[in-house]
Amino acid sequence: MSELINLSLTDQILGLADKSFSSKEITEAYLNEIKKKESLNCFISVFEEESEEKALMADENIAKNKARPLEGIPIAHKDIFCIKDKKTTCGSKMLSNFISPYSSEVFSKLDTAGAITLGKTNMDEFAMGSSNETSFYGNVLNPINEKLSPGGSSGGSAAAVRANLCSFATATDTGGSIRQPASFCGVTGIKPTYGRVSRWGMIAFASSLDQAGIIAKNAKDAAIALKYMSGFDQKDSTSLNEEVKDLQKEVDTDQEHVIGIPKEVIEKIKNDQVRDSFRNAISILEKDGAKIQEINLPNIEYSLPAYYVIAPAECSANLARYDGIRFGHRSESVSSLEDLYVNSRTEGFGREVKNRIFIGTFCLSAGYYDAFYNKALKIRNLIKSDFDEAFKKVSSIAMPTCSNSSFELGSINDPVEMYEQDIYTIPANLAGLPALSIPSGTVDEMPIGLQLIGNYLEEGRILNLANKFQKLTNFHEFK
Amino acid sequence: MSLNNWQPVIGLEVHVQLATRTKLFSSSPIAFGADPNTQANEIDLGLPGVLPVLNKEAISHALRFGCAINAEISEKVVFARKNYFYPDLPKGYQISQLDDPIVGKGSVEIKLGDKSKIIGVTRAHLEEDAGKSIHDLYSNNSAIDLNRAGTCLLEIVSEPDLSSAEEAVEYLKKIHSIVTFLGISDGNMSQGSMRCDANVSVKRPDDQKLGTRTELKNINSFKFVEKAIIFEIDRQIKELERGEEIIQETRLYDSKKNLTRSMRSKEEANDYRYFPEPDLIPIKISKDQINDVRKNLPELPEIMKERFMNSYELSDDNAELVTINKETASFFEEVLSYEVSPKNAVNWITGDLYALLNKNDTNISESKVNPKHIAEIIQNIEDQKISGPSAKKLLEIVWSEGGEIQELIKKEGLEQISNDDEIEKILDEVISENQKQFEQLKSGKDRLQGFFVGQVMKKTSGSASPQVVNELLKDKLSK
Repeated sequence: MSELINLSLTDQILGLADKSFSSKEITEAYLNEIKKKESLNCFISVFEEESEEKALMADENIAKNKARPLEGIPIAHKDIFCIKDKKTTCGSKMLSNFISPYSSEVFSKLDTAGAITLGKTNMDEFAMGSSNETSFYGNVLNPINEKLSPGGSSGGSAAAVRANLCSFATATDTGGSIRQPASFCGVTGIKPTYGRVSRWGMIAFASSLDQAGIIAKNAKDAAIALKYMSGFDQKDSTSLNEEVKDLQKEVDTDQEHVIGIPKEVIEKIKNDQVRDSFRNAISILEKDGAKIQEINLPNIEYSLPAYYVIAPAECSANLARYDGIRFGHRSESVSSLEDLYVNSRTEGFGREVKNRIFIGTFCLSAGYYDAFYNKALKIRNLIKSDFDEAFKKVSSIAMPTCSNSSFELGSINDPVEMYEQDIYTIPANLAGLPALSIPSGTVDEMPIGLQLIGNYLEEGRILNLANKFQKLTNFHEFK
Repeated sequence: MSLNNWQPVIGLEVHVQLATRTKLFSSSPIAFGADPNTQANEIDLGLPGVLPVLNKEAISHALRFGCAINAEISEKVVFARKNYFYPDLPKGYQISQLDDPIVGKGSVEIKLGDKSKIIGVTRAHLEEDAGKSIHDLYSNNSAIDLNRAGTCLLEIVSEPDLSSAEEAVEYLKKIHSIVTFLGISDGNMSQGSMRCDANVSVKRPDDQKLGTRTELKNINSFKFVEKAIIFEIDRQIKELERGEEIIQETRLYDSKKNLTRSMRSKEEANDYRYFPEPDLIPIKISKDQINDVRKNLPELPEIMKERFMNSYELSDDNAELVTINKETASFFEEVLSYEVSPKNAVNWITGDLYALLNKNDTNISESKVNPKHIAEIIQNIEDQKISGPSAKKLLEIVWSEGGEIQELIKKEGLEQISNDDEIEKILDEVISENQKQFEQLKSGKDRLQGFFVGQVMKKTSGSASPQVVNELLKDKLSK
C-alpha cells in the first residue's frame, strides 16, 4: 500500500471517491510509514488509534455518499495548533505538560472538512528558529539527507510531507517558517495573506506577523488544503471578513501573469548557484508566456532589522503568560513569587526563546521605544508602500526563497547568521502579503525554492503561477 | 503646622467597573459573588493561542460617559498592552489604552456649599481588570480567583484641580452619580465597582510649580478617600515643615490604622513597556455614532435637579437630596404620580424611608416599601386620617409585614380621632390630672403646651390629631 502515500492529495480524493482504496488503507499506510521513519523525528505526538477509528468513520461516510471535501485524508498539524484534550507543546519544555482544553480554528475547520489528524509535528520552540534545532524535542532530520537541517520553524511539517508521512501538513509562518523549510525539503509551502486564516488557538509568537498556512506536495494540493482552512472567524479580530475564493478551481484556470523581479534583491545574491537557479526558473515562466518586469523595492533591505525588533517585541509580551502559575512548566525550587517566575521561565524556555524575549523587552523599554519599535513600524509601512507601488505594475513578485539550500545540522551557531536565513521571506510577513515557495532547482545537490509573492488576498494568482511552473517542470516530484 | 500656609493639589484616577453583560474581551458573564474561577473562560485564563474580541457594549458605555461630561471623543480607539507580571494578571499584560483614549478632555461641576467649581477630566480610557489574589485562605499558599479578570473598567483621570479632601469626595460623588444615572455602572463601592487612586501634593500658595506628589492606591469608599487624603496632606506638610523632601512614590492607605505607608518609590516603579495591541485593530468612532449617543443620553442629575426645582417647586437642598442617585429620583417621581405634595414626598423619602433603609443596611432599589405605600401614607396624613406617629408606625409595619395601607390602618386601629368631642373629653381628663401645670400654662409658661398635647397623644396611642388638640387647648386657655 506504500504507493498510496506517494499520491497527491488530488489523486487521493479521487481514489477515495471512486473507492479505489479506503481511508483505512491510506491511514494505515501513513501510520506504518511514520513508525518506519521515526528517526526523522517529524512528530511530537501521533494519534494512532484515533486516526484508525476516524478512518473507519470516513469510509462509512464515503459508502453512504456523505463524504465531506477532505473526507478520510490523513494530515498532520504543526504542534503550535491547540487541539482539545491533546498535548500542545509548541516545541517547548514550557508546554510539555499542556493539554489544551479547546481547539484552534485551523484544526476545527480541517476536522469539519473530514481530514484525519495523524499527529502533531515537531517545530522550533515557539516557532523561533530556522533549522528546527531549537525544539525541546530534538531537531528533525531532513529526509533527503539526514545530516542536514529540514529548515524551520515548520521543519517537522515540511519533512513529514517530503517523507510521505501525511498527505499535507499545516504550518505557520512569522518570518519564513513555512517557505524556508519548504525550500529545504523540496516541497510546496504557502503563507496566505495576513488575516486569511484564523489565528484562534494558534500559539502566538508575533501576533502581527503570524499566519497559518500549508505545506503540501504541490501547488494544486496546497490550493485545496488552503481553501478549507481559510475564512473569516469572529474569534480573531484581525481575521479578514472577505469571501473565500475557490482556490481549487483558480489554480487551474488560464491566467495572464506579469512577474516583477526586484532588481536590488537579485543583484545582491551572493551564491551564484542560487542566482542561476532563480534566473533559470524565471526564464522557464517567460518562455511559457509570462511577462517579466523589473521592479524596485527600495526599502526591502531594512526588512531584517525591522523584523528583528517587531517580532521579538511582540513575542516578549506574548510569552509573558508562561509564568508557571496556571499551566505549563512550574519550577520545583521555589521559595518566593520571584523565584516562581524566574526559575519556571529559566527552566522552561530554551536559549533562543530567551534571546528574543530579551531583545523584545529591551526594544520596548522606556527611552528605547522610539529608537527601535517606532522606527521599525515606520520601516514596515515603507515596505508596505513599496509593495503597493510594485503591484500597480505586476501581478506577482518573484525572488529566491532562501539564499542557500539546506545546511548541516549544528553548523550555524551565530544567531545573527541564522536570522539571515529569513532575509527573502520576511518582507511578505511585514507587508502581510501571500507568498509561497515551490521547488525550482538544486544547489549543492539539495533543493532550492522559488518564492512567489502575491497582492492582498491573491493566493489564487500565485498558486496558479506555481501550478503552471509545476506543469512545466519536475523539480517538485519525489517518491 | 498650619494648613493656611499650604495649598493641597489633588487629582483622582477613578476606576469604574462598567455594567456590561460580558467581559471586555471575552464572552464570560460578569456576576459578583460567583464561586471562584467559574466566570473565566480560556480567554480570561490567558491560555496559549487565545485572542481578544472587543465588547461593543463597553465602547457605547464609555461614549455615554464621554458625552455626559461634554468631552472630546477620539475618532480612533487604539488598545495597548501594558506589561507587568502579577499572579492574578493571566497574560502578563493588561489590555489598556495609552494613546487615543476613547474619552478626551471634558469636565464636571461640583458643589461646595453654595459655591460650585469646575473640575477638569483629562481623559477616560477602557481597560480590562485583573483577577484577585487571596492570601488568607490557605496557610502556605495564595489563591487566585480569575472571575474578575477581564471585566470592563473605565479609568477616569482628573486634572489636578481639586484643593481639598472635601472637594475630592464631592468630585467622586459626582462621578458616581453620573455613571449610575447613565446606567453604565452599578457604582457599588463595597463590591469594588468603583475604586480610586489619589495623586496628592502640597505647595506654597504663591508657588508656580507643583510639589512632588505621592499616589495613594486603591481607596474604595468615600469615607476612606477623605481620610486618606487628609492624612496624606497632613503628612506631607509635616515633612516639608521639618525640612524633609517628599519622595515621589506609591503609598497604600491602611483604613484600620488610618495612615498611608510607602509601597514603592519611583525608582522601583514598573516600566510598563506599552505598545499597540496587535491582536486588535483600531476602532473608528463616527460622528453619527457620537450624535446617536448624545441624542439618547438619559437625563443627568443637574438637569433633573433643575427640573425638580422648577416643576415641583423644590428647594435647592431638597432637589439635591432626591437626585442623589437614579433610583431615589425615580422613586420620588413615582410617589408624585399619586398626586401628593412634592415637599412631603421629599421629607418622607429622605427622612423616614432612608432611616429605615440604613437601619436595614440596604438601598432604595431593594426597599420593601414601594412608592405607592409612601404615597398613600402621605395622602392619609394630608387628609388628616392618620397622625404623624401612626404614619411612622405604619411604615415599619409595611416594611416588616407588607400589605395594603388602607387595610393596615383599619387592622392596626390607626385611624386618627378628629372627633372634637371625643378629644375634648380626653383633654379635660388630662387637665384635671395636671391642674398645677395647667395653671402655669395659663400664667404664660408656653412650653407646657407641648406637654398637654403629648399627654393627649399618649392616651390616644397617637391617634388624635395634634392640630385639633392644639386648637381645643387654645380655646380652654382663653376661657
